[in-house]
Amino acid sequence: MYTEKVMDHFSNPRNVGEIENADGVGEVGNASCGDIMKIFLKVEHAVIKDIKFKTFGCGAAIATSSMITEMAIGKTLDEAMELSNAAVAEALDGLPAQKMHCSNLAADALHEAIKNYRETHP
Amino acid sequence: MKHIYMDNNATTAVRPEVLEAMIPYYREQFGNPSSIHWAGRAVGGAMEKARGQVARMLNCSPAEIVFIACGSEGDNMAIKGTGYALAEKGKHIITTAVEHPAVLETCQFMEKQGFQVTYLPVDRDGMLDLQRLEAAITDQTILISVMWANNETGNIYPIEEIGAIARKYKVRFHSDAVQAVGKIPVDVQRANVDLLVLSGHKLGAPKGVGAIYIRKGTRLTPLLHGGHQERNRRAGTHNVAGIVGLGLACEIAESELGTYAKQVGRLRNRLEAGIRSSIPDIKLNGHPDPKRRLPNTLNVSFAYIEGESLLLNFDIKGIAASSGSACTSGSLEPSHVMGAMCVDVVLAHSSTRFSLGRDNSEADVDYILEILPPIVQRLREMSPLYNRKEPLTCDECNIVRKL
Repeated sequence: MYTEKVMDHFSNPRNVGEIENADGVGEVGNASCGDIMKIFLKVEHAVIKDIKFKTFGCGAAIATSSMITEMAIGKTLDEAMELSNAAVAEALDGLPAQKMHCSNLAADALHEAIKNYRETHP
Repeated sequence: MKHIYMDNNATTAVRPEVLEAMIPYYREQFGNPSSIHWAGRAVGGAMEKARGQVARMLNCSPAEIVFIACGSEGDNMAIKGTGYALAEKGKHIITTAVEHPAVLETCQFMEKQGFQVTYLPVDRDGMLDLQRLEAAITDQTILISVMWANNETGNIYPIEEIGAIARKYKVRFHSDAVQAVGKIPVDVQRANVDLLVLSGHKLGAPKGVGAIYIRKGTRLTPLLHGGHQERNRRAGTHNVAGIVGLGLACEIAESELGTYAKQVGRLRNRLEAGIRSSIPDIKLNGHPDPKRRLPNTLNVSFAYIEGESLLLNFDIKGIAASSGSACTSGSLEPSHVMGAMCVDVVLAHSSTRFSLGRDNSEADVDYILEILPPIVQRLREMSPLYNRKEPLTCDECNIVRKL
């Protein structure tokens, strides 16, 4: 049901954890649908220097969270805002159809974290 | 890789002796039992033998057994067949909120046909209030449908007591016994059920065959019209090989009921005790007394993590189990059984069912107990809910709003 890339990111997720005193934090999802993603950012000169995630959710939720951290690190905030859920799914060689809307929220979580950074660092 | 199968409430392997007994009916004895020639005659006896084997297990007469294709067919047949046959008597059905979808969705369909359905709630242990059941009966009630045992929690319902209530009010009583038959004694006389459904693949027979017990004199409109098979109660050419397999599987299961409860129950209890002692923040789902559950079933939630990611980790290690999470139920909401029991929604998403079988060993249980704690811990470390400072408020029970 999942691609090899999804299983790789699920089994060996990159950048799991929290950043203490993060510059931006974003959380999306809710418990009743079974997915909560939280992204922590360290930002320097409008570039994502470090990124970590914590996710409660299914295989797709964990794999997309891991993938977005790899895609976002080193990008400028403007570039990171361009990353989409669809791009994350594509980078994982696709997700099962029923997962596309419920567990594919990682880019949204990243965008929330960037918004949070911009609000707290005007 | 080592393969451990602990999903026997989903399906079981066909027992080798059952498969062996079936093969001739795909080869030399291929006839249609409805034919009068030699080929047909050669298989009729085998089918009637199987009917006898099923009947003996349920303590009924062979004429009261009708072969069907699956448990869902039987539940549809019992509920729709009663509805159509007794609509002039009344249009009220009583069932429970924790039934299998084969019953629940059939009842929802009946509501669209103008019937009224009462879905009895359960308590936090998943049990019914029989006074409430009795109070729900009206002069319009034509059917009570209560499962013998629950597929997710393994809870065993007091079918004899419900049967006595049904008899007192002269209401027809159906039980979906798909999970019970082959695991615990099921006696249709003692329980006073009028209709009872069982499925072959849950007890070592193949998929695609089952049976419904229809008490003599119970008027039921058929679900399938067409042929005269099964004395006009169920049209369709017989699945002869499957029926032969079902008969033998029932005979073997009946003879092994005592050892099954002892052997499988001991392993289940070992797993339960091991999980309790090695992992904090868990919740057992179902009746706390293991004797009130099927001997093979353990349903437990691991706080802060989600069920599918747990099952995927199990799968990587060769373990097959199942979960009540939304992701594995194919819907956006976790299990309706957990919802009916008011299990917190996060815990419902992590509910994990181990359903053991005869083929499991103590080594299997110990292997699970070895790999489970680190998997749970790793997923917890990854979860934003673990060690969270602000408590998560859960609108528990809202997931059963449709019931």
